Amino acid sequence: MQYLTLQNIGFATGFILILIGIWGFLTQKNIIKIIISFALFDTGTHLLLVAVAYIKDRTAPIIDSSVNSANAVNEIVDPVPHALALTAIVIGLGITALMLTFTLKLFKHKKSLDITKYKDLKW
Amino acid sequence: MIKKVFIFVLLLGVGSIFLSLSDNFKEQKELKGIGRYYAENAADELGAANLVTAVVVTYRGLDTLGEVSILFLTSAILGFILSLKKTGSEDDKQVFLPASEILVTASKVMIPIIFIFGAYVFINGHLTPGGGFQGGAIIASAIVLSILAKPESKISHSFISTIESIAGIGFIGAGILGIVLASGFLDNRIMELGTFGTLISAGAIPIIYIFVGMKVGAELTSILVNLKETKNIE
Repeated sequence: MQYLTLQNIGFATGFILILIGIWGFLTQKNIIKIIISFALFDTGTHLLLVAVAYIKDRTAPIIDSSVNSANAVNEIVDPVPHALALTAIVIGLGITALMLTFTLKLFKHKKSLDITKYKDLKW
Repeated sequence: MIKKVFIFVLLLGVGSIFLSLSDNFKEQKELKGIGRYYAENAADELGAANLVTAVVVTYRGLDTLGEVSILFLTSAILGFILSLKKTGSEDDKQVFLPASEILVTASKVMIPIIFIFGAYVFINGHLTPGGGFQGGAIIASAIVLSILAKPESKISHSFISTIESIAGIGFIGAGILGIVLASGFLDNRIMELGTFGTLISAGAIPIIYIFVGMKVGAELTSILVNLKETKNIE
């Protein structure tokens, strides 16, 4: 039972999401499903970042009535990975939007979402 | 078959890497390094109650500028790709199914509330969880609702890009004021820090976050509008 801490649950969920993402974009044929796999991969990394920042029995890095501001360093979790997660979310959004746009263009070109039909750059 | 085996082996390999990574991970008992510095000094130096905001807007403000430019680049590339073939096919109109009455009526009530909530989230970014990016995304979600409720309505591109430009210039301007009046680019101490934990505090952080929120909201809106205005296939 000592492995069932909040941090390990976060790690396990994040790693499983990343693995599902990798499996998804290696096996799926539908381009939309591949994009969803990338989004799952993204979400997994965000969970990992938050799990890395976690310290037992501490609260979010916001100094309000529940945190003694003089002793904040012993009461809050690490704020740096949280800031990184924000960056990662924004980049993920940009990548997803671009992939969807290219999909739209590809679909207009060949009227198909099946990735195996696009062989122009295959060697 | 070989492909499936290869994928299985790959997943197994990546999984074992992850397993050993999390096995060797040493749980943090206390803050170290830069995280410790932020926890000890950010509240006194910058007056922001939300330390993540202090890191995102001031200590690593340049990265936030980069993030905003990545969003801008995304929306610009998207607009470029989608509008390549717009010329010459202006006369074929897009046909929309009418939205349901529940959606239309509810959107009239919900859109102003969602807008106000988005503004609340980015104005309070230095006090509560949230900030410019989250608030901007909430505002863009109000636009999604309005597009769903009235698909035939046009949202002016020049209006969106005007807001975006004003917000971008404001963001950079606040950063340059930091060089002149305080100790560096995007320094928030160009104004009085104010009382810790109140709305008007943390120097320029609320102002920068208002600009970021407007910019992110405008960029996401322009992505949505561009995607919506592409001509139907066939």
